[in-house]
Amino acid sequence: MAEEIVQDVKVIVFQLKNEEYAVPVTQVGSIEKMEHITRVPNTESFIKGVINMRGVVTPIVDLRSRLGLEETPVDENTRIIIVDLDDTSMGLIVDAANDVVDIPVDKIEEAPQVIGAINVDYIDGVVKLEDRLVILLDLRKVLKFHEIEAIKSIES
Amino acid sequence: MEIDQYLGVFIEESKEHLQALNQNLLVLEKQPEDIGVVNEIFRSAHTLKGMSATMGYQDLANLTHQMENVLDAIRNHQIKINPEILDIVFDAVDSLEEMVLDIESGGAGTKEVSELVSQLAAIESGEAPLQSAAAVAEEPISDTSGLILDEFELAVLRESEEKGFQNFYTKVTLREDCMLKAARVYMVFEVLESLGEVVKSNPDVSQLEDEAFDLTFEVLLVTQEPKELIEEKVLKVSEIDAVSIQNFFIDTYKHVQDEGQEEVTASVDKEKVEETTIEKKAQQSNKTIRVNIERLDILMNLFEELVIDRGRLEQIADDVKHPELHETVERMARISGDLQSIVLTMRMVSIDQVFNRFPRMVRQLAKDLGKKIDLQIEGAETELDRTVIDEIGDPLVHLIRNSLDHGVETPEVRRELGKPETGTIKLKAYHSGNHVFIDITDDGAGINRKKVTEKAIKNGLITKEQAAIMNDNQVFSLIMQSGFSTADTISDISGRGVGLDVVRNTIESLGGTITINSEEGKGSIFSIELPLTLSIISVLLVEIQNEKYAVPLSSIIETAIIPKADIMHVHNQAVIDFRGRVVPLVSLKEVFQVPEVKEETDYYSVVIIKKGDKSAGLIVDGFIGQQEIVLKSLGNYLTEIFAISGATILGDGQVALIIDSNALIK
Repeated sequence: MAEEIVQDVKVIVFQLKNEEYAVPVTQVGSIEKMEHITRVPNTESFIKGVINMRGVVTPIVDLRSRLGLEETPVDENTRIIIVDLDDTSMGLIVDAANDVVDIPVDKIEEAPQVIGAINVDYIDGVVKLEDRLVILLDLRKVLKFHEIEAIKSIES
Repeated sequence: MEIDQYLGVFIEESKEHLQALNQNLLVLEKQPEDIGVVNEIFRSAHTLKGMSATMGYQDLANLTHQMENVLDAIRNHQIKINPEILDIVFDAVDSLEEMVLDIESGGAGTKEVSELVSQLAAIESGEAPLQSAAAVAEEPISDTSGLILDEFELAVLRESEEKGFQNFYTKVTLREDCMLKAARVYMVFEVLESLGEVVKSNPDVSQLEDEAFDLTFEVLLVTQEPKELIEEKVLKVSEIDAVSIQNFFIDTYKHVQDEGQEEVTASVDKEKVEETTIEKKAQQSNKTIRVNIERLDILMNLFEELVIDRGRLEQIADDVKHPELHETVERMARISGDLQSIVLTMRMVSIDQVFNRFPRMVRQLAKDLGKKIDLQIEGAETELDRTVIDEIGDPLVHLIRNSLDHGVETPEVRRELGKPETGTIKLKAYHSGNHVFIDITDDGAGINRKKVTEKAIKNGLITKEQAAIMNDNQVFSLIMQSGFSTADTISDISGRGVGLDVVRNTIESLGGTITINSEEGKGSIFSIELPLTLSIISVLLVEIQNEKYAVPLSSIIETAIIPKADIMHVHNQAVIDFRGRVVPLVSLKEVFQVPEVKEETDYYSVVIIKKGDKSAGLIVDGFIGQQEIVLKSLGNYLTEIFAISGATILGDGQVALIIDSNALIK
């Protein structure tokens, strides 16, 4: 019986190309419409630049480009999801932010290794919701947090 | 909650006294005959003892008490100062410092001090055996005044009597309608402490703070001021009904003699008190207040937001072209400009905060290294933004260690070279324009150019050909490149792998520069140039294609428009002849890979920038104008971006990147 009341994870589901992805709502600060992005030169190609998010200079990552999908022009559905990780805010450009759903923890399955054939480490799991398949992302890995941290520790 | 307030004051003041102790002890070390300094030291120790006893920190009080005894003996020529005594006194000050720090971090301020105490006692008794015995002999006896003194307090009083101070028993009565008793008590204490020293109060301080007393409280005051003055001053505190002051003699106290004989009761016309209080308070009140630094930071942040909005307003006013709006915005800009300079100066702290720990450090290091060093400090009152002060400490420590370790030679070597045995390290800070300069000068060995170039070539930093054409400054700056350490042997003091490159990086990250001048055999000068403030800077906004960038005004020499035909090439490097100098050109469009949207014109807009005595021209597409901007960091995620030092938010809400011109000059 206890299991039925066991945790649900609240996630924000968003669209990239034809697939739906999700990140835990606890990591999300806000969802913004597309605005002017100031390009930052000489960085990784998936970093689109920075925006002014209420006085804080916030880096913006194009999630499509980061996940190896082709980039698309901005349309009225394009959104920037502001996420907070370890005191660092950043924005993710997604095709559309769809909705907020509760996912029971026990429904999260490991990503099948065969999908896409390449082994990607940033997928936390997949969830089947009725007829939808939602891919859970590990944002730290998506944003290469560990690599950046590694660079920092070498520097210091 | 009130105890916190006192605690803060106690800690602050203790630190000040400890600093004074340290400084004066160092002076004393040089001039052992100077009794004036001993007096200074004695006073600091004495106050510290009184304060810590009042606050109930026994170990602190015991140690200072014993130290004071030794100092007293020195003062009275009973003991002659020698280095051993000074070392122990220094140790004692170190322990005191530890205890105060412990109290500050929430500890009880206790520490095992018995060994030091006995060492001090030994010194004292070695030459002046009678002193301490007399001080702690008597048993306290209760007294009609309600004050119960312990041995320690008695000793303090006895001493002050011997020294020609007067002890006053002061009884203060508050008015019946007094609303804030604790506040009045605090004010009375302030007054009393400005006149002398409060040895004891009844009820004790914590009860007074909790207002756990009726209308009267008693205080034992040690002072040199006359009774009348004390009375007059205390009565100036409002809501005081009466003050009575009597001389307090320990003998009288002990024999419980009749108490009222010398009582002077002063009831003053209440209205008059009220009147004079208001007038006098305005004159007397302190000219400074202590403000929590956090609040200043918040103020600064809020002001930064305001500067951003000011920029936005200016832009809107320009677009709308409404004369009245324009006028108002202009006025506002002026006012906020004034406000800005006030906010910035409020955050200025004198560099003494950083400098004052060096004399001790140098003394210790010189001892460890067996060198004789005279540290001279100049311009310690020079003020700098707090953010800069916070960062500059470590680099300075490193440079001073470096001068001590590698610069100044040992006394033997110096003697052979015909130099005075004692080496000199001079620390000098001064303002010039919008910058602060800090010079560290030593009269040591200087830098051996040959050794530096050889090592740099060996480490692959430069080639032989390069070495031949480099000037001295360029060669010396090599020692600040990463992976370079000139010390033949690695020692504890410096040269632990992290070299001067860390120093240089820190200083450059603060927007400053460091240059080295040196003459072999004569010594070296490390000059640091720092901006006064880091948070708001003046920039020139420029356009590169459709992107906007900001170039700090501090690094700009001038701007120019240059016909394409004037550009020449030297070794594939575009240069211009600018006022008789050959200046290399850097195309920002290429450096920043800006997407091309505009057609090239026949003229280049060039910003001439400088770094030390080198310069370069940055090719841009247009100048937008000068602006005050708030420096923002790009955050943790975007670090180490080439030639970008940060970002700012412009009036239209967009982000512009700030160009790090230092990175663009080789």
